Amino acid sequence: MTDGLDDGAGGGQGAVRDPGLQPERTRLAWRRTTLSSTVAAVLAVRASLHGGASPAGIVVCALCCVLWLGFLRVAHLRIRALASEPGPARVPPVLAARQAAAAVLCTVALAVCAAVLVV
Amino acid sequence: MDGTAGGRDRQGAGSPAAGLGRVVRVIDFVRNVRLWFAPEEVRREGHTPDYRFSLANERTFLAWLRTALALIGGGFAVDQFLPDLGWTWRIGLALALLAAGVLCSLRAVNHWVRCERAMRRGEDLPASRFPALLSIVVAVVAVAMVVVVLAGWAG
Repeated sequence: MTDGLDDGAGGGQGAVRDPGLQPERTRLAWRRTTLSSTVAAVLAVRASLHGGASPAGIVVCALCCVLWLGFLRVAHLRIRALASEPGPARVPPVLAARQAAAAVLCTVALAVCAAVLVV
Repeated sequence: MDGTAGGRDRQGAGSPAAGLGRVVRVIDFVRNVRLWFAPEEVRREGHTPDYRFSLANERTFLAWLRTALALIGGGFAVDQFLPDLGWTWRIGLALALLAAGVLCSLRAVNHWVRCERAMRRGEDLPASRFPALLSIVVAVVAVAMVVVVLAGWAG
């Protein structure tokens, strides 16, 4: 477990051995996920405005855009937290359960919008 | 932990013990849902694991979330790009994909919380049969699509 960590220095010196790959990989994972959500949102907008813009379609379209922005906000906050260079003694902050839940809620709400559009 | 206990209970489905196991699982799930919104409660248990393990757990969560988003996108795509498919098939397939996406995303955050808690307590990571179920579902859907394409080609 403590492969890269020097004895007696706690996690602090470990940051030197692993200078930023883990936070960077996590950051890129967030970017990939943002990209996936963008694809889903674009498909949602296309589906909602397909065959003329009805009032209901516009409402669902706006809702999907809001959900996409919500997801983008969570990802942006997390990416910024991971990108801020931690000092030698500090470690990157752990993902808050609220952020994870917010990202999942956006995804679920998008699926509900999709179900409304499909039926 | 929870996964193995659930697996043992399932063998005696219908017996009082199995019913009890199911109730315990539901209670556990509700408790986990509460934890999604109360990170302090997770943080109060055990000790903080190496941050690299937490980040790896986060990346796994994100990978599952991408899978869920891809399933939802697939639901949209079936609805939008298969207009020749019969109404029942199109709606059924789209709703199935969307439901799979919802399940996948809910499971993603639940599994993340459980892993995080297990790491803090120094327990084994939770076992899960969800990946196997999802891959079987995807394989069945893929085979069905091959059959549909071949049938359409021949007919």
